[in-house]
Amino acid sequence: MKREIIIAGFGGQGVLSMGKILAYAGLLQGKEVTWMPAYGPEQRGGTANVTVILSDTRISSPLLQSYDVAIVLNQPSMDKFEPRVKPGGMLIYDSNGMTRKPTRTDINVYRVDATDKAIELNQQKTFNMMVLGGLLHVDPVVEIENVMLGLKKSLPERHHKLLPANEAAMKVGADLIVKEN
Amino acid sequence: MAEEVKLMKGNEAIAHAAIRCGCDGYFGYPITPQSEVMETLMAQKPWETTGMVVLQAESETSSINMVYGGAACGKKVMTSSSSPGVSLMQEGVSYIACAELPCLIVNVMRGGPGLGTIQPSQGDYFQTTKGGGHGDYRLITLSPSTVQEMADFVGLGFDLAFKYQTPSVLLADGVIGQMMEKIVLPDFKPRRTDEEVRKECPWGTMGKNGRKDRNVVTSLALESEVMQETNNRLQAKYKAIEENEVRFEEHNCEDAEYVFVAFGSVARICESAMEILRAEGHKVGVLRPITLWPFPTKEIQRLTKQVKGFMDVELNCGQMVEDVRLAVNGQVPVGFYGRQGGIIPTAEEIAEAFKAQMVK
Repeated sequence: MKREIIIAGFGGQGVLSMGKILAYAGLLQGKEVTWMPAYGPEQRGGTANVTVILSDTRISSPLLQSYDVAIVLNQPSMDKFEPRVKPGGMLIYDSNGMTRKPTRTDINVYRVDATDKAIELNQQKTFNMMVLGGLLHVDPVVEIENVMLGLKKSLPERHHKLLPANEAAMKVGADLIVKEN
Repeated sequence: MAEEVKLMKGNEAIAHAAIRCGCDGYFGYPITPQSEVMETLMAQKPWETTGMVVLQAESETSSINMVYGGAACGKKVMTSSSSPGVSLMQEGVSYIACAELPCLIVNVMRGGPGLGTIQPSQGDYFQTTKGGGHGDYRLITLSPSTVQEMADFVGLGFDLAFKYQTPSVLLADGVIGQMMEKIVLPDFKPRRTDEEVRKECPWGTMGKNGRKDRNVVTSLALESEVMQETNNRLQAKYKAIEENEVRFEEHNCEDAEYVFVAFGSVARICESAMEILRAEGHKVGVLRPITLWPFPTKEIQRLTKQVKGFMDVELNCGQMVEDVRLAVNGQVPVGFYGRQGGIIPTAEEIAEAFKAQMVK
């Protein structure tokens, strides 16, 4: 098993955190993992992205030209990464603020309108967990219980009261995601 | 009990490894892409546990001279910075090398020259392996390509520095500093007691301790004969390091017709390029120098008898390739592919460059 994933959006959407949670869950499942952010000025309100690789075998390059899964959360990320999904791969997007739909027909396109849902539920801070829940619903690359275990380990104890809200957000995302093609 | 597998950035791994290897002091000044080293140290507060000093100096010039002072007392001291900051340190580095003191200098390279960019680079190969400061000196240079090696090379760097009484450099690129991977941290080693330091470092400036004369640490020798002798001693030491401390890693070189030579993160991308090329029928291997100085010259000379050519790939305009060409000495072609400014080539890009240059 090897899964090469790019998560991209605006700084502040929780893109890097989502990648970290995914990587941590992979680690707990005994997988090899890399988490490589595009660090630097991108993080200051501009675009942010992170490459996460989960694999049963040793990972050589932590940076990639094409991906099995692209999760794109704003228009610049859609423009940049839709062409870089491998044929037969998967594109997951949130339509909030998007000016066009994905056009490729040789990949599986999913929409998860987590921004609108998060506002509706007044749960903006769990937006990224909704998206992650959507991903894991259509591509169960790691177990939800390992995501929760990873969260518990990486969050300071004073934030552990937020764990149920995060788990609930993943369930919302799983119900929200729809296949578009 | 086996240590827990953790997920962390290369920079964080350096900080944890420093505390665990019994480091006495860290002196640094923040700069992207390595600021997490000091941030992690400050969060860990080792002064409350092991007694390790962590100090933010007012500049890199100051931090390297604090390292000079600590090292002169036989202490296990280090600094970390990134390219422009390391340039500021060069006077101190030359002094420390001449004074024959052990220390660890971490450079998580960013794009240059000048203030450059904060994105990854390998543009300080020349600076680190060929001098950087003035005079005839060498620095043991370790190049990690995984987060695990970021941690492991802290202890190794200190061990080599103390073994040869000379500075070691951990030369990483921004990719390895910023990336998170699985890691098992090294076991805890207590800091040495003052008694142990005196025993291990009889040259240290730790008082007379009952002796008639005190130790003097200096890099100044106004008499030519004395300075000549210092140079002879340094060169003999560097020769011993070249004979004993070369480290490298190879992948699929046994049957290779062509060999990629690359260090740090680029070596891993070359491994992916190798997989692409092997699938297309090209017999390609990868040689990754782990010590950039001493350089694996003899291994390249050995491979030269076997291969049709070498392909050197770096995040610069071609620095290590000069050492590859010196080793190959015109026997087979040596190609080069480099990107600058923080742009990191993909495996596909490297495979294409290889075919364009090497396969006729």
